[in-house]
Amino acid sequence: MTATTETAPSGSRGSQPPVPPGAITLTVQIRRFNPEFEDEPRWQSFEVPALPTDRVLNVLHYIKWYLDGSVTFRRSCAHGVCGSDAMRINGVNRLACKVLVKDLMAGNGKPTTITMEPIKGLPVHKDLLVDMEPFFEAFRAVKPYLMTTGHEPTRERIQSAADRARFDDTTKCILCACCTTSCPVYWTEGSYFGPAAIVNAHRFIFDSRDEGAEERLDILNDVDGVWRCRTTFNCTDACPRGIQVTKAIQEVKRALLFKRV
Amino acid sequence: MSTLNISAPRSPRRPAARRSNFELYSWLFMRLSGLLLIVLVLGHLFIMNILDGGVHRINFAFVAGRWSSPFWQFWDLSMLWLAELHGGNGLRTVINDYARKDATRFWLKILLYVSMALILALGSFVIFTFDPNISG
Repeated sequence: MTATTETAPSGSRGSQPPVPPGAITLTVQIRRFNPEFEDEPRWQSFEVPALPTDRVLNVLHYIKWYLDGSVTFRRSCAHGVCGSDAMRINGVNRLACKVLVKDLMAGNGKPTTITMEPIKGLPVHKDLLVDMEPFFEAFRAVKPYLMTTGHEPTRERIQSAADRARFDDTTKCILCACCTTSCPVYWTEGSYFGPAAIVNAHRFIFDSRDEGAEERLDILNDVDGVWRCRTTFNCTDACPRGIQVTKAIQEVKRALLFKRV
Repeated sequence: MSTLNISAPRSPRRPAARRSNFELYSWLFMRLSGLLLIVLVLGHLFIMNILDGGVHRINFAFVAGRWSSPFWQFWDLSMLWLAELHGGNGLRTVINDYARKDATRFWLKILLYVSMALILALGSFVIFTFDPNISG
């Protein structure tokens, strides 16, 4: 005979765990949307006990496991590496697994409210879960892979430390879409390649081993390419890896302007 | 189980690359014309509003006197063309960014280009054919 938890909502783990000492009660507002039953998204509030050292992802887990199992979101590694739990937390794009509750707490012991929304500019499947396909389509369109001509060398492709440092910053991208979905140009015009695609193009354009720079620069020279960037720096602020996204976009612009990589 | 009815993902309507440098040149033009306009417009405002009693001395004779010099004609002409093209290109990018439908985008741009052409033609016409002898 297995124990059943008939009273718990579906998907939940049953009775709530004991509240640890030092925990505070957060009001968490989640933008809910279920296209099977609803026409419009709505806000739902939860009261969640949390330690200041908890991550926002822990708060989401608490809600899903103990309060409402139907809350839907993506997360995989939960340690800021895979980039699957990008969401709009208190109005800015962040990875839920990298934001601590103490950084969102209201001062002077006032009650804390945290809002969570799906990232903007991509179609919402359910709750915080969005369709990433338009984002990855733009990523693929800039040909983010090594392109070479001629025969493959028998030895490894040698690169100096200085040449490697040229594109070091843009190798850090984890494709979480925080930058692209924080871009106001992308919100209104989905055909713009977006910061993430340009960052990944930059990673190969400035790689001394790659020979496809001209092709990628041609792609980004178009009306939906780098010239659409309005340098609002939302992308740089949003990047959980600290990539200087706007700077990378400007470097691509400069390469186009002076025909020099 | 009912089938999910999710609207199709916003499919990118990105056309094939045109291999043109138009966006590059318009971006560059915005920077260069902006630099020139700082001098031209601030100089214009200083002369018109601050120097020698400012706006109170401006009348027909004042304008006629200024435009008798090719230097001020050239100043005003370049200010007209640079400002109109700079502003027009800025509005073009705003329309590109914010118009939701292709038809809206098309008609707003037509409106913009027609108004730009009218203002440029009228302004250039006045500067080139200005005649201080109003009675004649």
